[in-house]
Amino acid sequence: MAVITPLDKTAAPAQRQQQQSRRSVRPLLLGGLALAAGVGAWAVVAALGLVENLPTPAAVASKAGTMVADGTLASDTSASLRRVFIGYALGVVVAVPVGFLMGWYPVVRAVVEPYIQFFRTIPPLALIPLAVVLLGIGEVPKIAVICMASFMACVVASFQGVVDVDRTLINAARVLGASDRVIFAKVVVPASTPFILVGMRIGLGASWATVVAAELIGAQEGLGYRMQKAATWFDMDAIFVSLITIGVLGLVMDRLLLLAERRLTGWQERR
Amino acid sequence: MNSKISFRGVVKTFPLKGATFTALGEVDLDIADQEFVTVVGPSGCGKSTLMSMAAGLQEPDSGSVLVDGKPVRGPGPDRGVIFQQYALFPWLTVRQNVEFGLKLASVPADERRRRTDDAIDLVGLGEFADALPKTLSGGMKQRCAIARAYAVDPQVLLMDEPFGALDALTRVQLQDQLLRTWSQEKRTVLFITHDVDEAVYLANRVVVMAAGPGRIHRVIDVDLPYPRTEEIRLSAEFRRIRNEVWTSVYHQDEAAPAA
Repeated sequence: MAVITPLDKTAAPAQRQQQQSRRSVRPLLLGGLALAAGVGAWAVVAALGLVENLPTPAAVASKAGTMVADGTLASDTSASLRRVFIGYALGVVVAVPVGFLMGWYPVVRAVVEPYIQFFRTIPPLALIPLAVVLLGIGEVPKIAVICMASFMACVVASFQGVVDVDRTLINAARVLGASDRVIFAKVVVPASTPFILVGMRIGLGASWATVVAAELIGAQEGLGYRMQKAATWFDMDAIFVSLITIGVLGLVMDRLLLLAERRLTGWQERR
Repeated sequence: MNSKISFRGVVKTFPLKGATFTALGEVDLDIADQEFVTVVGPSGCGKSTLMSMAAGLQEPDSGSVLVDGKPVRGPGPDRGVIFQQYALFPWLTVRQNVEFGLKLASVPADERRRRTDDAIDLVGLGEFADALPKTLSGGMKQRCAIARAYAVDPQVLLMDEPFGALDALTRVQLQDQLLRTWSQEKRTVLFITHDVDEAVYLANRVVVMAAGPGRIHRVIDVDLPYPRTEEIRLSAEFRRIRNEVWTSVYHQDEAAPAA
């Protein structure tokens, strides 16, 4: 061990740096190339008229310029973002403690799990008609449906996280004198964080998927609403602008969560 | 004998596919203060269950487990436990892992710092104090786990096949290190293993268990002096005792049972 140590110490950082730069630059480059190739292929297909009514990238870009200039893109984006944020945050905030309680107390699990298993099989989109009837056509039903979507994704993950905590870790804490409360706070919570973050990412995806559909319920603004309206006007350019915006926003939020995940769960041994 | 740990008529059963599996049937064992006792036996002989009950992680169905003459009621920092799977908290650094028990015991910060550093130095992990477990080798992880147990200064060490997952070389190094620290600050050690050589090399007494139901088959005294060295490991006497233990582990039917 003593012989290996100094070698380890000098060799590791240089090697790691090299690996890291290779790791971060190459995918970025490849990703950029793939994006350029995709847009190029799209431009060719549109120019040749292979797909009827497919707008060209240039037309979509100029439409985007107009929608930015007249403020519709900003207001649609902020309307959709607000719904996603509120619904998603509410869903997560409720799901994590419920998942913890289910994992920690068998009684809670026995009571709550049948409901969760049942509602999990219903796609959130299928709840929209019900939400309209029960909650009207304002912001509430939209947020409620998004909340439901993120809750379902997240509650199962947090519950699973608690159940899967290594018994030996709990025993290791117990023999060092930890009470149940300490074990929960110092062992169960950190040990299940990776699961919860995965649940949060899935929930975020589900929230974005749901917001578009939710905005079909008598919304006055929002990216989903804009698409719906553009479709009735046969405005393909506007549909594409909204679609791309949704994709980009979803991607950015997912990357942010991934970044948080790396920070919070970097201790994991990855295979 | 003034015993530190006593098992008195300990019986432990588990439900198994509708039937009951007798892990331990009527075990009596006394371990003296500062004694180093190893337990060997085939799988299913209940050796880990024995340790688990001394740790307070499991309770006997009948009989009693006493530490310092008092029945064991749950785990406590007077008994340090070292698991085969290391059981380090992967989100904490080596230092934070070692500190864990001291924080629970509300040891003041400066004393905590000192005792943590001492324990880390004792196992030779000083350079890796701020490393996360995932960057450590198996042997280093187990040394960290040992430091974590030492830090709270338990009088009893309960070790459940602690070196079982390590390579032969690392295992020998850790055995020697364990004996060195044990001879410095004599603790009572109950050490579970499936390695006959390890059992003989470390112990004052080797307890050989038998399975179905789990019980003590023989107790063999190891009259070899400490410090144990390579010379002792290669001596004729060591070989004799090792063969005796081997026979009573692997040929239990033929060997004469304990009186």
